[in-house]
Amino acid sequence: MAEKEYAYYTGCSLEGTAVEYDMSMRQVFKALGVGIIEPEDWSCCGSTPAHTVDRVFAAALAARNLTIIEKMGTGIVTVPCPSCLSVLKRAHLGMTQDESFRNEVNELLDEPYEGGVVPKSTLQVMLEDVGLDAIASKVTHALPGLVVAPYYGCILTRPPEIAQFDDPENPVSMDKILEAVGVKVADYAFKLECCGAAFGVPKRDMVNRLTYRVLSMALEAGANCIAVACPLCQQNLDLRQGQVNSTMGSSFNLPILYFSQIVGLTYGLSPKELGMDKLVVSADDIVRSRITIEELAQREANAKAAEAEAKAAEKLKKAKAKEEDTKTEET
Amino acid sequence: MRVGVFICHCGSNIAGTVDVARAAAELRKVPGVAFATNYMYTCSEPGQDEIKQAIKRENLDRIVVAACSPRMHELTFRRTIEKAGLNRYFLEMANIREHISWVGLDKEANTIKAIETIKMAVAKVMQNKPLYSSSFKINKRVLVIGGGVAGMQAALDCGDGGLEVVLVEKSPSVGGMMARLDKTFPTIDCSICILGPKMVDVAQHDKIKLYAYSEIEDIKGYVGNYEVKIRKKATYVDWTKCTGCGLCMEKCPSKNSYDYFNFGVAPTKAINIPFPQAIPKKAKIDPDFCRQFTKGKCGVCAKICPTGAINYEMQDEIVTEEVGAIVVASGYGLIDMDKFPEYGGGRYPDVITGIQYERLLNASGPTEGHIVRPSDHTEPKTVVFVSCAGSRDKSLGIPYCSNFCCMYIAKQAILTKDHIPDSQSYVFYMDIRSPGKGYDEFTRRAQEDYGAKYVRGRVSRIYPKGKKLVVVGADTLLGTQVEVEADLVVLATAVTAAPGAAQLAEKLHISYDTFGFYVESHPKLRPVETNTSGVFLAGAAQGPKDIPASVGQGSAAAAKVLALFSKDMLESDPAVAKVNENTCVGCLKCKLTCPFGAIQEKELRGGKIVASVIETVCAGCGVCTSTCPCGAIQLSHFTDNQLLAEVNAICQK
Repeated sequence: MAEKEYAYYTGCSLEGTAVEYDMSMRQVFKALGVGIIEPEDWSCCGSTPAHTVDRVFAAALAARNLTIIEKMGTGIVTVPCPSCLSVLKRAHLGMTQDESFRNEVNELLDEPYEGGVVPKSTLQVMLEDVGLDAIASKVTHALPGLVVAPYYGCILTRPPEIAQFDDPENPVSMDKILEAVGVKVADYAFKLECCGAAFGVPKRDMVNRLTYRVLSMALEAGANCIAVACPLCQQNLDLRQGQVNSTMGSSFNLPILYFSQIVGLTYGLSPKELGMDKLVVSADDIVRSRITIEELAQREANAKAAEAEAKAAEKLKKAKAKEEDTKTEET
Repeated sequence: MRVGVFICHCGSNIAGTVDVARAAAELRKVPGVAFATNYMYTCSEPGQDEIKQAIKRENLDRIVVAACSPRMHELTFRRTIEKAGLNRYFLEMANIREHISWVGLDKEANTIKAIETIKMAVAKVMQNKPLYSSSFKINKRVLVIGGGVAGMQAALDCGDGGLEVVLVEKSPSVGGMMARLDKTFPTIDCSICILGPKMVDVAQHDKIKLYAYSEIEDIKGYVGNYEVKIRKKATYVDWTKCTGCGLCMEKCPSKNSYDYFNFGVAPTKAINIPFPQAIPKKAKIDPDFCRQFTKGKCGVCAKICPTGAINYEMQDEIVTEEVGAIVVASGYGLIDMDKFPEYGGGRYPDVITGIQYERLLNASGPTEGHIVRPSDHTEPKTVVFVSCAGSRDKSLGIPYCSNFCCMYIAKQAILTKDHIPDSQSYVFYMDIRSPGKGYDEFTRRAQEDYGAKYVRGRVSRIYPKGKKLVVVGADTLLGTQVEVEADLVVLATAVTAAPGAAQLAEKLHISYDTFGFYVESHPKLRPVETNTSGVFLAGAAQGPKDIPASVGQGSAAAAKVLALFSKDMLESDPAVAKVNENTCVGCLKCKLTCPFGAIQEKELRGGKIVASVIETVCAGCGVCTSTCPCGAIQLSHFTDNQLLAEVNAICQK
């Protein structure tokens, strides 16, 4: 039985290109006992095109969903996609802070939005509502050898007056969650560097260049995997990695995982359930490296024992050498 | 009673949006008004003559001037009517400029509002009573708060003018920010070489009493007679015995104390003399780092001190000084690096502030003038300067320009080339602001003679790459992105109000702006005065300013003090609270509310307790009058009857 229930607004990407984000997020929430309900008859959040055209219209597209969620009575809606989240928050904040704007938007809606929904990213719900202790307590498996570069993208924490979560210029929420499940996190300087976003279609050269920077910095930071929380970032880094290699002369082979997939792996969930097969750059090596925490403990103990043995042998050798020295001296 | 009304055009300032002739005609109909006229500039000499003549000719005994704010010219017109033989409090001003003509465009509405406002003033002036000021003696000693260059200049000028000066400095030495600078622009003078002699003068001046490492605890009183409580903070070293030999600093085992003087560029000892030229050159213990305080045992300095000056039991001491005027020169602060997470927020050791770089350049600094990277002590070859780190940035609540950064960046770029000839400096700037004498030539020299590359654009972020720092920014002139691989990055962090500026302002009863800078009495004509009589401003406490401007203000404030003290007696303002002892019930609620401590208890002959106002302390704010349950305490010149007369005048029909 779930302790707390959230409305869960997936948005369009999680039904298509980012279906593995949806699969893994649902599995992780299930494992953590977080109940999620998908709003009925949800519609497009408005995404980037709407707010480049009309502010009121964009807010109305988002607020239609907020009205539906408000009636569900969960209070909070958790949103995996940062773009959906940003649009929903912008509409919510605009409508709660400015009465005339709220009236303008509600004019376009069948049913008015009264401002009773708090949109939060899935990352925020995990960090603040579930908590690191609870996240850590479900871990059954380890991923030794995995070093993750946490990549947040541009809008998860910015602009700060909309996002109202984590440090806008040096976010650490994903780092903390990954560390809590026992994964090694690299000190990655490009947490917020632009991936090229939606310019992948009109300006492919530019996006290839930007993606190249993000990927090479991860390697420089000593990472062998990038963790993301945004479908568009994932697409640019994963789907276009081959394109980057052919245009920039690089040879990246860097798996790009949703943070929820990594958490799911440490919870012992099957690769199939986590949608690992949906990734373009194969993460099979990571999956294969997975061991139980008991195995890890055994391995560590063995390593320690071996080390101790080696030390003892070294000592013995030295002692023998000394003995021999004295012997030769004697003779 | 014969009231005369004089309505000023103020050129077109008032007449442009108020029908002044119609207002005068309307006022002539008001009972009690014997004469009403309008005039182009009432404050001009002929304008004032007109008032004087009308008083005689028309036999007027009360005057209303409808013009600008009383803060501008009330005193002018009070003097005018006094010269014509009337008591100066028989004047009322109706503010029809700031309150009416400047704020409304509708001439009809403005004219009606002006007429109503003048009618109020007429009603009030008819209730006015003659008031007479009494005179009191002044204490010709001056308190200077802050021992930076502005405060020292004020102290020296006052001292040279023969006044006794009490100089209070928060840190262990005078010198302020200027003492930390390496060279000064645009002449590349050595900063401490020109400041040092001034510091010595302060120490040796027989009229200046210096309280170093001391803060203002409390200030009571009024112009001419202030009582100041000064907290002498515990140094744990008896400064009467300390000779400044520095043995203790040499032997102190606690080597990781934060060095406030060097802005943490390198650590210092827990017992230290902040810098070689310190005045007074005395040691002090930082109990946050001293092992005797943190661990309860050590005592090395006490053992080593040849004069036995160390005293771990020392307590703060409060001393009282009496002065007649105060110069506030409490300086400025700098924004914290943690406000810039995009530049590392203090996480990258090789991203430093301008003042830290100044200490690296300085021969008496922790690196003896060798420019090295804090991370690995290697010499940087590429140095990037980021101007406006926080300045002119509304998102950080700092919309203002920090005034001197453009200039010191140019200076630091020049000095960098002097120190490391094969180095390259880059300066990212928004605008180059160099309006002083010889300033623009100086910034050009940095670019043309010293090869500093100026890039017009902001820096978006800084990230580490190997041992280097990559500075990412825009070149808005070329319309392109720029990346520079730097060895060292210097942020020109924004100037803020000094820490504790607001608390000090409240002790002084002076106003400060949203940013914590002290507000001058008039931005152009009274730049070093405050609205509290007897309190003057100097230096960056009033707003960011460079050395010449601070020194100029220090001297200006001193001149103001000397002018104030050229009289032996001051006249008190009679517009103060008065107690009607017959109706006062002695509840003393007024005493509790008075923000100035101007009310005391008094026992009448029959044993009845009443409130009594100390006239010289009362500031005439009127808080007591609204507190008094029986209307027994009244503010002269603003009595209930006078204010109600005004209300009645506009609430007719």
